[in-house]
Amino acid sequence: MNKECCMASLTIGESGIIKALTAVGAMRRRLQDMGFIEGAKVECILKSPSGDPVAFCIRGAVIALRREDSERIIIAM
Amino acid sequence: MGLTIGSVGSNALDRGLIIEKLSDEDKVIALAGNPNVGKSTVFNGLTGLRQHTGNWPGKTVTNAQGIHHRNGKNYIMVDIPGTYSLLAHSAEEEVARDFICFGDPDAVVVVCDATCLERNLNLVLQTIEITKKVVVCVNLMDEARKKGIHVDIEKLSQVLGVPTVGCVARDKKALSAIMDAVDRVLQEKEDTEHVTIGYPLLIEAALEKIQPMLEAKIPDSKISYRWMGLKLLEYDEKTIQAMAQYLQFDFLEDEEMMEVIHQRRDLLFQQGIGENQWHDRIVSSILDQAEAIANQTVTYENQHYHHRDRKIDRILTSRSTGFPIMLGLLCIIFWITISGANVPSSLLAGGLFWLEDRLVELALWAGVPTKLYEMLIFGVYRVLAWVISVMLPPMAIFFPLFTLLEDLGYLPRVAFNLDKTFQRCCACGKQALTMAMGFGCNAAGIIGCRIIDSPRERMIAILTNNFVPCNGRFPTLIAIITMFFASAVAAPYGSVFAALFLTFFVLLGIGATFFVSAMLSKTILKGHPSSFALELPPYRRPQVGKILVHSIFDRTIFVLGRAIMAAAPAGLIIWLFANTMVGEQSILAHCNQFLDPFARQLGLDGVILFAFILGLPANEIVIPIMIMSYLAGGSLMEFESITQLKLVLLENGWTWVTAVCTMLFSLMHWPCATTCLTIRKETGSFKWVALSFLIPTVMGMALCFLFSHGARLFL
Repeated sequence: MNKECCMASLTIGESGIIKALTAVGAMRRRLQDMGFIEGAKVECILKSPSGDPVAFCIRGAVIALRREDSERIIIAM
Repeated sequence: MGLTIGSVGSNALDRGLIIEKLSDEDKVIALAGNPNVGKSTVFNGLTGLRQHTGNWPGKTVTNAQGIHHRNGKNYIMVDIPGTYSLLAHSAEEEVARDFICFGDPDAVVVVCDATCLERNLNLVLQTIEITKKVVVCVNLMDEARKKGIHVDIEKLSQVLGVPTVGCVARDKKALSAIMDAVDRVLQEKEDTEHVTIGYPLLIEAALEKIQPMLEAKIPDSKISYRWMGLKLLEYDEKTIQAMAQYLQFDFLEDEEMMEVIHQRRDLLFQQGIGENQWHDRIVSSILDQAEAIANQTVTYENQHYHHRDRKIDRILTSRSTGFPIMLGLLCIIFWITISGANVPSSLLAGGLFWLEDRLVELALWAGVPTKLYEMLIFGVYRVLAWVISVMLPPMAIFFPLFTLLEDLGYLPRVAFNLDKTFQRCCACGKQALTMAMGFGCNAAGIIGCRIIDSPRERMIAILTNNFVPCNGRFPTLIAIITMFFASAVAAPYGSVFAALFLTFFVLLGIGATFFVSAMLSKTILKGHPSSFALELPPYRRPQVGKILVHSIFDRTIFVLGRAIMAAAPAGLIIWLFANTMVGEQSILAHCNQFLDPFARQLGLDGVILFAFILGLPANEIVIPIMIMSYLAGGSLMEFESITQLKLVLLENGWTWVTAVCTMLFSLMHWPCATTCLTIRKETGSFKWVALSFLIPTVMGMALCFLFSHGARLFL
């Protein structure tokens, strides 16, 4: 239950709770503004044809992130 | 695609924001909100304007204003760009924040999406923190109801302490409820209890110290003291300077205040809230509060409310069906456009040329001098007639169809599907959205590039936008295909073949975009792809009737307006050139002859190249100018149908190679004058204008050269 991993490794239908953001600078703030903060629940919803980017459900909205960015969000499954 | 009179052509140039009040009593009302919550719909409903709406985030990139009349009073409504937050991290957040703080609005209406209220509350809370004159409008209540989401508006209003209206923005009654609430806020004299964001104790303690000082030093401020205090503690110099200017109070010079602030900042730093942690703490305080409020006010009847959207998403973005559906839709739209445009085109041409004969008769009867009426009718009127009959029908069919897809919410899925390819070119997936806007107008597409955060990627999107054929060039392609290629295949399949052919050309343009983007990323705009976050909005049912009426009506007026602006003088020039003799022949013949040898190398001829040069102000007039030039040389023909144009072209030595080269050159040549001006404005330098002029021109010339010479080898 308390396995920690990065958000990028979620497969469709899996969800987790955000533990930490390792992104810095503008991207960190942008992610936070969209609701990716510690304690928030995320669910992996959709993968694009090539598998990247991937869309996540956060606070009722669907946000697509590239792998490079979703790797910087640490979650607990 | 910003496809309204206000957003294409010369109006697409962003002129910044100057609030135009009719009288001092007018109230200025700002419309804020997250991207894609229907702000523009509310704006349009209130002002009667037709600011473009479409189901994807980032349509409004500049402030737009309009007037709402109500009970004998004027309200200046200002539609500000959609943002998730006002902490000012990006250009549009800064525009939004600056307007709310320093633009002197009398009230702010924050439009929210009922289907994801929690995320929207972030902005609501931040706005209330700045000013108390806030009305919250929870839009899309109908969508929420369908999804089994219930928002307790009364409770929400109670918790927030500001008037809150639940509505469906397309509904007129809802709009008047919003304005009632605005009036209530405007009349409110005393401070009522508003929600305040609770911050960690240390920050609260610092605020408690600073707030009274601010209150004493700056009485009667419209901006809340709490917010000022936060900005001072954060020591955000840019904002402090903006505040200082607005309030006429130099914070940095006030030693007493600065001392307290530095002291408090040191204290916070010692307790582990340095520059970096500050922002984290602030954001999580706001979001925690938003979550708490949402928990009190939103109930879900059905936890799986988004199942339908997810099912559609899986079909539209899956590995096996994502791309075929994209291509298929493009092809179908083109097919409908091509097969539908023929008849109205012929009817319009028939009517307009019948009118021409009548005008001539009228001129003869009135005794107008021959030179004058010939100049006006055969010069100005005729080129206008060509513009309307050849260019208008394809536009009037294509754009409603495209808008339909847009309103459904399909475009962000296209960006989602294509992002990997853009990533490989070291560009941004949102470039796909700016390209879609380019279909309408490249100038609008270039302004739309503001949705791309990274300056490098934005520049790439700006420089390559011209590879998408805009509404001026699109009918050129359709006209040539209809004349030269649709007839090559037996009747019922002709239009299908034409649609495939057009799809191929558009794909060529998209291919060129990828190629040039990759090249730019490897040369003058070196860099790695930056981060990317794209919201995929819920699908919405488009308002078919409204789309039809608006896009056809707007388009008609726009095309007519632009035709008069650009085509009329061009028609006059062509006529004068054709009828002014220098030596043995007309100036037109001289120009064409001068350009001819070079144009022949590109598989074109002097007339075509000259038409493209004269078409600099607007691409719509290229084909009409070409026809005028050809006709000016020879006998005038009776016009019966659009395919008869082909005869004119054939008489002047056109072959299918000429047709393909003209199409290639139309797809890839210099951007029109409006687009150039827009690029200058958006990039701030003529260097980039020159580059965006040269890249497609050189590519187009190279392709035309290769194709025409290659074709000659095989024929």
